[in-house]
Amino acid sequence: MAELQIDSKVTVVALVENEPGVLNRIASLFRRRAFNIDSLTVGRTHRPHISRMTIRVDAGPEYARKIATNLQKLVNVIDVRVIDNEPHVERDLALIKVRNDDADSRNTITEICDRYPARIVDIGPKVAIIEMVGTEDIIEEFIEQVRPIGIVEMIRTGVVSMGRGTRIHDTNFIDRRTLIEAASKARRGNGRIV
Amino acid sequence: MKLKGSEIIMESLLREGVDVMFGYPGGAILPTYDAMSLYEDRLHHVLVRHEQGASHMADGYARATGKVGVCIATSGPGATNLVTGLATAMMDSSAIVAITGQVPIPAIGSDAFQETDVTGVTLPITKHNYLVTDARDLAYTIKEAFHIARTGRPGPVLVDVPKDVQNAETEFIWPEADIELPGYDPPWSAREYELDAALRLIAEAERPIILAGHGIMMSGAMNELRELAERAQIPVSLTLLGKGAMPEDHPLVIGMMGMHGEASSNLAIQEADLLIALGMRFDDRVTGNLKTYAQNAKKIHIDIDRSEINKNVKADVGIAGDLKTILTQLLPKLEGKSHPAWIGQIRDWLEDSSERDILNYETPGMLLTAQVVNDIWKLTGGDAITVTDVGQHQMLEAQYYPHQRPATLLTSGGLGTMGFGFPAAIGAKFGQPDEEIWAIVGDGGFQMTLCEMATAVQENVNVNIAIINNNFLGMVRQWQELFFEKRYQATPMVNPDFCKLADAYGIPNRCVTQRDEIEDAVRFAQSIDGPTLIEFVVEKEEMVYPMVPAGADLHDMKRRPKPGEA
Ligand SMILES: Cc1ncc(C[n+]2csc(CCOP(=O)(O)OP(=O)(O)O)c2C)c(N)n1
Ligand SMILES: [Mg+2]
Repeated sequence: MAELQIDSKVTVVALVENEPGVLNRIASLFRRRAFNIDSLTVGRTHRPHISRMTIRVDAGPEYARKIATNLQKLVNVIDVRVIDNEPHVERDLALIKVRNDDADSRNTITEICDRYPARIVDIGPKVAIIEMVGTEDIIEEFIEQVRPIGIVEMIRTGVVSMGRGTRIHDTNFIDRRTLIEAASKARRGNGRIV
Repeated sequence: MKLKGSEIIMESLLREGVDVMFGYPGGAILPTYDAMSLYEDRLHHVLVRHEQGASHMADGYARATGKVGVCIATSGPGATNLVTGLATAMMDSSAIVAITGQVPIPAIGSDAFQETDVTGVTLPITKHNYLVTDARDLAYTIKEAFHIARTGRPGPVLVDVPKDVQNAETEFIWPEADIELPGYDPPWSAREYELDAALRLIAEAERPIILAGHGIMMSGAMNELRELAERAQIPVSLTLLGKGAMPEDHPLVIGMMGMHGEASSNLAIQEADLLIALGMRFDDRVTGNLKTYAQNAKKIHIDIDRSEINKNVKADVGIAGDLKTILTQLLPKLEGKSHPAWIGQIRDWLEDSSERDILNYETPGMLLTAQVVNDIWKLTGGDAITVTDVGQHQMLEAQYYPHQRPATLLTSGGLGTMGFGFPAAIGAKFGQPDEEIWAIVGDGGFQMTLCEMATAVQENVNVNIAIINNNFLGMVRQWQELFFEKRYQATPMVNPDFCKLADAYGIPNRCVTQRDEIEDAVRFAQSIDGPTLIEFVVEKEEMVYPMVPAGADLHDMKRRPKPGEA
């Protein structure tokens, strides 16, 4: 049964119109359908009116597809893909503030950071901030390494994903703003002034 | 030409083919009401008595015509009164557009007088909604709203228009081009491999059954359904909202399915080796316990809403798209078949059911709802549009008024909204003025929206109201009798004298207490061109059978005993 492989995390990527209230619609959908989300990130794309969301789901691909078909129903959601087996790059970013008040901890920090794709981005007499970028698993591993030093604060952005190669996710379409503007300028085109 | 936002709303409604709208004025929508005076000859406004009524009327209009129904309300309380109607339309995929006034843009977010976050409130119960912040967007937005409401899986769309947007003057440009939305593209046809997979399952099946839902009628696939059933000799079971998808006197139609469905249908579903689910969504009221539901059957599920496929019941073949299109693709490849043993088995079940029919009982001196409904069926030639409310009378209507044509039973199925029936019947009459319309309502539900009697009188709407008065919230009482040891908590009602009430509104009326009075009363209602009301005083403690208790296995039905065994 598919339910047995629930340890596999699945990623849903959605392109959404950058309109007021869109995030609210998506949050409302997740709440209403009681979808359990691991992490959700939203950010801008290279197109001005389009944002891209990466949703991590701690459940099998079947569940992710349920989320995807429901997301697709929202008028402001342009495209949804479930990234399950296809090769893709994913990154999570963590800012971790750790104690730094003795030579021991300072040494441990530099030593751990050398072994991971991590950097110290701020350092002071009491605490230091480490920036760590990588896949979710590596970040979790890293966090376990620095935990004994004493984590004071931490924030993670959540995972963002992108398919490898020429498998581009963005599709060609005209956004709604442009459509409205075209219609309003339609004096020359299809529209009709009354 | 420059027009005010309010006038642009009217112009846009006209261009969408609207001829009637149901609404109620108030401060934030007043500019739009003012504009109505310029359009009175082309756009008729019906003044309701409660905005809930307006939303159900728009819904009834939409269900009866297949067109988009329109309702209008002011901001704040006006808009919140629409909520029940929007949720009802959402659950039953009914296409309505609601236009609401909003406080002026500068006041939004300030808790201004009669300000409610209406797009927020209605977000989960509309297919989509808009807050229009620029008069230049109005025409396009309204066109888009109608497009979204009526295409794909239809549903309610709300357009919230701040008062200053209604007052603003701007060039009116009607977008003539078809609406194209980047994120909205309802599925349409099936792929070859999907058709082949479906055909293979149909060819292999020995005990197939078609489950026909509302989607058949929304897609206009009645002829295709019939051809599929006849050519492959597959019995057809109907959902409550699917009634009318195929004439009920057709020999392959084996009745309604589900909680109060025909035993023949429910048993056939449990015994089947193939379910062909067309435009239905496996609601818990039709499946009962999912774990034991149609366990031996493969499933073909075709629906316009992709998210319905595999939601409740896993499909072996799931196809998202328009039913008429997909069945039209399928039929040329379908080979004729017959299943005499299977159909014979179902006939036996049907015979057993008819022996238990309550109409076979000797009930001297009693008036039963089933008798009332069945007599109305006979006296209307089985050809009226009936609009029910929610409760025992609704289920008995479904059992005792067979429907021959699509869109002739209008009822709140998904939400089960008491108070729906009467206003929806008014809306239906506006959409189908030549049809005979009967609102069959309970004494409880009717009291939720009976204020619309004034609307019916003001507009002289020819609807016949049949109140099934059992002095109880009957369906709840039935559950109390079966599952709460007859503790009738908050279900007996002290009712008004419905006939005197009708008198007060100026509605001709009759009260019926004996079966032999039914015909006279119905003929009387039919003879009057305007609203009429008949109160049927029926047995207080009737039961609706068969019944699958909530969550029980579909075959685990409580049945009415045969007359001899009672
Ligand atoms: C608005 C609303 N409130 C409550 C219910 C729960 N409910 C379902 S049926 C019913 C009883 C309906 O009584 P009545 O209208 O007299 O019809 P009857 O069952 O007696 O035919 C109730 C209260 C509902 N469906 N809708
Ligand atoms: Mg009652």
